[in-house]
Amino acid sequence: MQRRHFLKNTMATGAIALAATSGLLVPVQVLAWNKKAFEAKDVQGAMKATIGTELTEASDKIKIKAPDIAENGAVVPVTISSTLANVTSITVISEKNGTPLIGKFNLKGKAEAFISTRIKMGKTSNVIAICESGGKFFSARKEVKVTIGGCGG
Amino acid sequence: MAKSSIKIRAKAKNGVVTVKALISHKMETGLRKDKKTGKVIPAHFIEEVNCDHNGSAVMNAEWGVAISKNPYLSFKFAGASGDTIKLSWKDNTGKSDSLETKVR
Repeated sequence: MQRRHFLKNTMATGAIALAATSGLLVPVQVLAWNKKAFEAKDVQGAMKATIGTELTEASDKIKIKAPDIAENGAVVPVTISSTLANVTSITVISEKNGTPLIGKFNLKGKAEAFISTRIKMGKTSNVIAICESGGKFFSARKEVKVTIGGCGG
Repeated sequence: MAKSSIKIRAKAKNGVVTVKALISHKMETGLRKDKKTGKVIPAHFIEEVNCDHNGSAVMNAEWGVAISKNPYLSFKFAGASGDTIKLSWKDNTGKSDSLETKVR
């Protein structure tokens, strides 16, 4: 009886081990990076995939601080701040990049509506900032001229 | 101990903590070609950055390839000096790093 039990147990564990090695038990990915949004080739597609809509309300309560002329498109400092209440996310888009979506910053808890980072821009275009506040989306844009060659013209 | 890829400055002023972080990462777009071999350099970039303040999340960023090389990130939240913040990142090859520091 005991021997029988032992055999049964080893067989059961053996099956699990086999399943694990053959890739049947793939660990579930917890956080999925929004691949579709980052691979979208146009602004509308990127907006739809990130925030679920392409309609935003223009707002003067969003401030984008970026250079008027960027000599090096690989490093464009951008600061976005807003006086809107309860901003839960800030999305940054560069209109004419091959893949326009740059990043989405989700703000939680005590975070303030302020983000500063450095982005890459392929050519002269608008930088669009979208703030989510109370389920609504507000946007602002600013044109940044990118000069290639760095002569500052 | 290996040197961390993250540098953080966090300062509290009037109840608001300003965090400035620099991450050392090459942020390869996957579009550039190697000048010598002519082969495309595979994409290698940070997908996710998380920041916890005293153990609860305050900021979580999803990044694409258009964030500059050696990314700089700054953000603000309500807090005080002495609080703990933890910043971590994960890239598309599964590499990650994190650093915990105290607000000054």
